[in-house]
Amino acid sequence: MWVFIVSEIMFFTGLIGSYIVLRLGSAGWPRPGEVLNTALLGINTVVLITSSLTMALALNAAEADRPRASGKFLLATALLGCTFLAIKIYDYAHMVHQGFTISSSLFGSCYYLLTGFHALHVLSGVIVVLYLLAASRVALSSTVVGRIEYSGLYWHFIDVVWVILFAILCLV
Amino acid sequence: MGLGLEGKMNPTDTPPSFLRRRLFSTNHKVIAVLYLLTGIFWLAFGGLMTLLIRWQLAYPWQPIPLIGRFLFPESGGAVTPEAYPMLFTMHGGIMVFFAITPILLGALGNYTIPLEVGARDMAFPRLNMLSYWFLVVGSLILLVSFFVPGGAAGFGWTIYAPLSSSTEVTPGWGQDLFILGLALDAVSILMGGINYITTILKLRAPGLSLRRLPLTQWGLFFSAVLNTLWLPIVAAALFMVLCDRRLGTAFFVAGPLAPRAGGQVLLFQHLFWGFGHPEVYILILPVWGLVGDLLSVFSRKPAFGYKATVLSMLTITILSGVVWGHHMFTSGMNPLVGKAFMFLTIAVSVPTAIFFFNWLATLWRGSIRLTVPLLFALGIVYVFAVGGLTGLFLALQTFDVYVHDTYFVVGHFHYTLAASVLFGAFAFIYTWFPKIFGRQMDEQMGRLHFWLSFVLLNMVFSVMMFVGLHGHMRRIADATAYEFLKPIQPLNVFLGWAVLGLVASQILFFYNFFHSLKGGKPAPANPWEAGSLAWTVSSPPPWHNYEVIPQVWCGPHEYGAPGLTDRDWISQADPRAKTLGES
Ligand SMILES: [Cu+2]
Repeated sequence: MWVFIVSEIMFFTGLIGSYIVLRLGSAGWPRPGEVLNTALLGINTVVLITSSLTMALALNAAEADRPRASGKFLLATALLGCTFLAIKIYDYAHMVHQGFTISSSLFGSCYYLLTGFHALHVLSGVIVVLYLLAASRVALSSTVVGRIEYSGLYWHFIDVVWVILFAILCLV
Repeated sequence: MGLGLEGKMNPTDTPPSFLRRRLFSTNHKVIAVLYLLTGIFWLAFGGLMTLLIRWQLAYPWQPIPLIGRFLFPESGGAVTPEAYPMLFTMHGGIMVFFAITPILLGALGNYTIPLEVGARDMAFPRLNMLSYWFLVVGSLILLVSFFVPGGAAGFGWTIYAPLSSSTEVTPGWGQDLFILGLALDAVSILMGGINYITTILKLRAPGLSLRRLPLTQWGLFFSAVLNTLWLPIVAAALFMVLCDRRLGTAFFVAGPLAPRAGGQVLLFQHLFWGFGHPEVYILILPVWGLVGDLLSVFSRKPAFGYKATVLSMLTITILSGVVWGHHMFTSGMNPLVGKAFMFLTIAVSVPTAIFFFNWLATLWRGSIRLTVPLLFALGIVYVFAVGGLTGLFLALQTFDVYVHDTYFVVGHFHYTLAASVLFGAFAFIYTWFPKIFGRQMDEQMGRLHFWLSFVLLNMVFSVMMFVGLHGHMRRIADATAYEFLKPIQPLNVFLGWAVLGLVASQILFFYNFFHSLKGGKPAPANPWEAGSLAWTVSSPPPWHNYEVIPQVWCGPHEYGAPGLTDRDWISQADPRAKTLGES
């Protein structure tokens, strides 16, 4: 799992590194808050960080062999992930409506590419969490607990990536 | 996830039904054979393409005899100006990503890692199967790309932007399919890499410390590390190129081609070579490991400087990530940065030289058994010496500017990336064929195959370097269009025939391979008298390799150790080796 995460880190390093190079080499870059809806994306950051918390609680409960509590927290994590995606879709729709698309400017290209790939990761994370939820309903075996641990690692990784993206896209 | 559980499956499991056993199997040996056959198919495909390329260069715009009418009906059988870039692009892409990678990582890695570390399968068998099927889908996409309107990709295997990233210059969908095929292949290799690293780290048999691992597995390990680090970078770049082409972004487009404020063209080169240079080591590290093991087995001596060899591999793994700039000396780079890249690149020759001296010292005063695998191993030592030494010249900015984009570069990287890696693939196949299929390949035919390949390969690639020094540009379709190249046109004709001979001599290999599958002599469990774990099980090995997971007592190269046994070697799993201790 660590190996997988390292390669994922390198993938986003490639994307974010390109973003930095493109931004440094570009003349007109929009100021923070000029184009993006910082408040909305800020809410999304809170949502995702909360989901990391519930994921950690789910692992805690699973390790303490409390399947019902762990299931609840897994469900909460998945729901928070879905909330994040829903807000994301609303944000995209709103942006496109305002004429800010993937091909309207270099910033737009970067924005949609980076957040798009991140959203795909959140989506796959939600699927994994739902699968774990189903598996832990059947039996909370040591294998399932191990999987919750690894998936938690992945989930926190997605979270960290988002925080970095939020910082470089919206704040700086 | 479920770590190790799948790898330790019940040894009495019977092989499942035919389709599950052959095509959709999770067994590492079956997957390895599938990888091998896929790689051999693409090897033949990409190899035959060179005939068309060299025909065009030898006899520009002349109709190709016999097959030309079918390939290029619209021009009466001659290679068309549109087709030529497709030929060299697809030749490069196919050979690097679809022929050599599946053979050297897919087949060599999958087959040998579990056997040599004493495991019953890979750490993640299902991921392993998925990895192969990603390669299949990528392969099919690549095949389809030849038949879409506009033909296959033609922007060179390096996919340089803005040629690749603007549909105004490369409009065909074949180009997109090529990138997509590569991206799928990259995902496949990544999944394989995760498996190799985990298996080597987690599933080693008791007693098999990392210091007792055969060198081939060390090479595969570092190669997998490089893959996990650098493949994602190029994958990101490939996705960005696709966005540029089809979604109207402008990451790698600038100037008049960019619809709006453009991005940076050079950025693509940085991302591509950030992976592209490690790729050389991704392919060559397993080969180096294999050479180390083979020289030891066939000179009946322990591998000289085992620890130094592994440390050199580690050094190269680290250094390879910081030298990519030497591909971009002429792309527009601060000369000072170029100098840094130059020094770092030259620094790579230190660990490389350690390899060479360790190999020579292993051979020194050994009782050498000149088998076909050893011939190929020695061939690798020679061609890599030539490739490495010419690489030293190219690393020098001043020299590189002069020969940049010429056939000198083509000759150089074919010595390192084609000749040595190809010989590595052959050395692997000739060594492991008896273990994989339980039959032996024909020794005489193997020797003939080696000598013909060795002589012709050297002719081809050294003459390429010679015409390159004369100024022959790479990727041009017709040298006679240039006044200063007219005098060396006879060499292009010579190259055409030499390549024909080289390709034709591979028929020996193909015949030997497919004939021996059925008609070869039955192979004993340990035809080479090798000491590593894989050779303690029958040929071919049982479905789950080991009835009982073996206990390892010593290193993999205990040859020339009289006294312990009545032979000149002792197996890693032989309890009598206990007295050797940590060696
Ligand atoms: Cu390089």
